[in-house]
Amino acid sequence: MSYQKRSRDQLAARVAQDIPEGATVNLGIGMPTSVANHIPADREVLLQSENGILGMGPAPAEGDEDFDLINAGKQPVTLLPGGSYFHHADSFAMMRGGHLDICVLGAFQVSSTGDLANWSTGEPGAIPAVGGAMDLAIGAKQTWVMMDLLTKKGDSKVVAACTYPLTGIGCVKRIYSELATLACTPQGLRLIDKVDGLDHAELEKLIGLPIAA
Amino acid sequence: MINKIARSVAEALAGVRDGATVLIGGFGTAGIPDELIDGLIEQGAKDLTVVNNNAGNGDTGLAALFKTGRVRKVICSFPRQTDSHVFDALYRSGKLELELVPQGNLAERIRAAGAGIGAFFSPTGFGTELALNPDGTSRETRHINGRDYVLEMPIYGDVALIKAERGDRWGNLIYRKAARNFGPVMATAAKHTVATVHEIAELGEMDPEHIVTPGIFVHQIVKIDRVATQSGGLKVTA
Repeated sequence: MSYQKRSRDQLAARVAQDIPEGATVNLGIGMPTSVANHIPADREVLLQSENGILGMGPAPAEGDEDFDLINAGKQPVTLLPGGSYFHHADSFAMMRGGHLDICVLGAFQVSSTGDLANWSTGEPGAIPAVGGAMDLAIGAKQTWVMMDLLTKKGDSKVVAACTYPLTGIGCVKRIYSELATLACTPQGLRLIDKVDGLDHAELEKLIGLPIAA
Repeated sequence: MINKIARSVAEALAGVRDGATVLIGGFGTAGIPDELIDGLIEQGAKDLTVVNNNAGNGDTGLAALFKTGRVRKVICSFPRQTDSHVFDALYRSGKLELELVPQGNLAERIRAAGAGIGAFFSPTGFGTELALNPDGTSRETRHINGRDYVLEMPIYGDVALIKAERGDRWGNLIYRKAARNFGPVMATAAKHTVATVHEIAELGEMDPEHIVTPGIFVHQIVKIDRVATQSGGLKVTA
């Protein structure tokens, strides 16, 4: 049987579907940022930005950019009515203190038990940079990863044990990908859903790890 | 009469000594006190340790300070940006030491210094490379109420350079939007805090309910002209 991968938009919509009404969410830089565009209009979700914004709104119209109002990726954003500004220690208290419901991050590798590697590939000569990734990963009530299952070379990014430097241990609860949504548990991977036409056995073969149904 | 309004950037920075640890506010380019960084370059203090979230971009501001060769060490969370070439080159050639700190630990270590906390246990970074000492040994860890933590030490500043929006002669400050970021935290952690403001208010003119940084944490304020904040981006990491 043949199957169609989820497009980037479909993947972002799939993540957005699981964000409940009233949740406070931090969306990481890159792919996760696009989740904001797919949150249903009738659902009130508060977006937090690590640089001191709660109730972050969409990008401003061209010409209305204010570079004192930027997101974690340094792109101009807006503030919704009811939104607030605060300093960095308060912002990270929101994460570390367990006040943030969900964070969605990109990843280089995720282990079946939820270890996350997303800040460094450990390449010699690379400039290391971590930003807020470690605080977010272990601080939010739920950490979700949004990524492709395979690298460009075809290696699985879901692994038995991360080979890249760790961001956090056992912190990832779910992986949203172009082929399937997986739960990471202390016992290993569990299937939440997969694209039509993809066999369970085929998915396990691609990842190289057992997935509980 | 208490008057913390400095006549010039040079006057506010006159006391910065060689070997000082300088806390510099800002995230990306929002809240970066550019005029104070330029003033520090002119002032000439050397062998500095700079604490900022990033490590400069382009050839101006922090990047220009690094280029002078007067910075020995940078403590930051995210040095890699689209145009952080000055930092990148100095780091790769071993001329600039880097202490990479998760952003929340960075903020809290500065907060701890300002609040008189001797050290604290943070869950962030446990089990990662960033919980190691420079020699590769693990920093002290502790298991508390079912969770693992790493001991984090305060970051004390000799000087803090921050950017605010409005201030008065007692040093009370308010900020503008997300340019607030590290400013209020850094203000508490340094022996000498200098803030730039775009407007100087009369005492009582700023609503006391709105003052973010009470003047006790601020030693000098300098009025500077408002200039447009520039854009700055991150390098794609994946």
